Amino acid sequence: MLEITGLRASAGDKEILRGIDLTVNAGEVHAVMGPNGSGKSTLAQVLAGHPAYTVTAGSVLYRGQDLLDMEPEERAQAGLFLAFQYPVEIPGVSNAYFLRAAYNEIRKARGEEEIDSMDFIDLLEEKLKLVEWEPEIMSRAVNSGFSGGEKKRNEILQMAVLDPALAILDETDSGLDIDALRIVAAGVNKLRRPDNATVVVTHYQRLLNYIVPDYVHVLSNGRIVKSGGKELALELEARGYEWLEDAVGAAS
Amino acid sequence: MTEAFVQEFEARAGTATAEGPEWLEPVRRAAIERFARTGFPPARDEEWRFTPIAPIVQGSWRPAGGGAAELSRAQLSPFVFGHTDWTTLVFVNGVFSDALSSVGALPPGVRVASLAEALRSNGGLLHPHLTRHAPIEISPFTALNTAFFAEGGLVHVAANVDLSAPVHLLFVTTVEAGGAVAHPRNLIVVDRGARASIIESYVTLAPGQSYWNNPVTEVAVGAGAWVEHTRIQRESESAYHVGITHVDQQRDSHYRSFSLSMGGALARHNLHVRLNDENIETLMYGLYLTRGDQVADNHTAIYHDQPNCRSWEVYKGILDGHSRAVFNGKVFVKPEAQKTDAKQTNRNLLLSDWARVNTKPQLEIFADDVKCTHGATVGRLDEVARFYARSRGIPAAAADRLLTYAFAAEVVDEVALAPVREELDRLLLDRLGGL
Repeated sequence: MLEITGLRASAGDKEILRGIDLTVNAGEVHAVMGPNGSGKSTLAQVLAGHPAYTVTAGSVLYRGQDLLDMEPEERAQAGLFLAFQYPVEIPGVSNAYFLRAAYNEIRKARGEEEIDSMDFIDLLEEKLKLVEWEPEIMSRAVNSGFSGGEKKRNEILQMAVLDPALAILDETDSGLDIDALRIVAAGVNKLRRPDNATVVVTHYQRLLNYIVPDYVHVLSNGRIVKSGGKELALELEARGYEWLEDAVGAAS
Repeated sequence: MTEAFVQEFEARAGTATAEGPEWLEPVRRAAIERFARTGFPPARDEEWRFTPIAPIVQGSWRPAGGGAAELSRAQLSPFVFGHTDWTTLVFVNGVFSDALSSVGALPPGVRVASLAEALRSNGGLLHPHLTRHAPIEISPFTALNTAFFAEGGLVHVAANVDLSAPVHLLFVTTVEAGGAVAHPRNLIVVDRGARASIIESYVTLAPGQSYWNNPVTEVAVGAGAWVEHTRIQRESESAYHVGITHVDQQRDSHYRSFSLSMGGALARHNLHVRLNDENIETLMYGLYLTRGDQVADNHTAIYHDQPNCRSWEVYKGILDGHSRAVFNGKVFVKPEAQKTDAKQTNRNLLLSDWARVNTKPQLEIFADDVKCTHGATVGRLDEVARFYARSRGIPAAAADRLLTYAFAAEVVDEVALAPVREELDRLLLDRLGGL
């Protein structure tokens, strides 16, 4: 599904990713953990094509395609989805309109017929249940005046509608109370299939109690310094990140 | 050109401008005398500093006159919102067309007429209102209009009457009016406790034509009345439009204005609202869309003369090409106008590197217990929002249109009457090239 090799990326003059290697196969859930400033969110944003970052080295193969050569919209159309850490407010455009526009653009790019608003409402109704939401939320402007929890829930709703092959969740747990966390995680779990994959970027182990990863990677200073199974997350929770950073510091 | 207008005034015997009630004649004479003294605003005039009126001043403009005979209703269909049952008064090149107008079922107590007809019948309504709300001292263009107006819309809604469907005053300019000037004059009187929605449109069937429209609209909002006033300016992009609207509000009244400006080589609109008593609410929304070398100029002035009133203003602009926008928002708060709550916002979105904006808030507050704020921004599409839309599969160009639409939709959404809001939405989408 995804094969990242030697990926380096900078924001302005500052190098943030310093050689990432990561392979994600269909059906897998990977957690990328690490302290603040380790490059977790940058990795997520680089994969989605955020214009603030420049890739300076390495390659990313996504379903056999050169991901780095694709525009952000082409990546989305090819089935990649980034749930934003800070979802953007778009006052003036309804949540329903925005999501239908995205859905239809993706269909169009795949040579499928666009669907009208009536059919879309039917589709929405089913997906809204997944995040335990009433349809009223769809007539509000995109994320505009939404609480932190509502914004994150909206990201998962978009993910449910757009049905990506590879979903990257960037700090989706931050700012969520326990109920919202449960709803969001349950939504993600229901969307898991053998033919899609999820990368969960998070600082805390808490979310991983709900979305159980197959693999855990620890990012520090722009590199993956340790990979393991789900038990690694528990170890990090107990011991913090310092021991890994120290180990890397001593080795280099 | 000043001298030419004075001569035209003296030679007007026998024309429509010379008709009308006796009391009007000295008012007209005072207006032309004032114009003869002041002439057009000089370049140093602070009120006109950023407004390139030279083509108007240097032009030689003949009076506009009719041309309705050749027009059909079908040609007007793009301008009537598809609501053929609404009462619509149509003026072609400044002249009322009975044949193209349609008067729907109006509740008792509502009068909708052409001003020329009202002037001929000299009803009791005109004397206390016509020319009383729009002082000639405010602008030489108002003085000119007062000296020469012959036509326009008259709408009177009697006390406690609800004018259920909007009344549309539609001013159409055709190719026959090339090089001509029209001075439309509208009077809207909504009495105590009444409700009305008025649309005032300036449109053209001659998109490349140069002409000059110089309208003045007076609005009297009675105590406890509710008025929505939508102004749509879609002149030719080679035309000049200098309009002014004067509103007088009485106690407990609500007046909301939406002003869309998308036509004109130069389009200037002044909106002056005076709050004459307590507990008045005034909402002023504006949207200007410019491209090419267009200049859109909005001047607003709100006079908080009395305590406990609220005014809320949001004007937004979307500028492309080498176009330019001017915004000047004045808020005057008199010493006795305590507990005034006034907010003014002007936001501009630049779609090109060459577009420019001159924005200036001007607050003069003489009361101490008030809440008055203002803010102005000039910026570009938000890069993060753009990335957000693209990351959902929406191509860059479509994302730009969507975000541009969203920027404007925020003010269009404030139009209370749904069919009017939908029409404005359609015009906006049209201009942006769809979504």
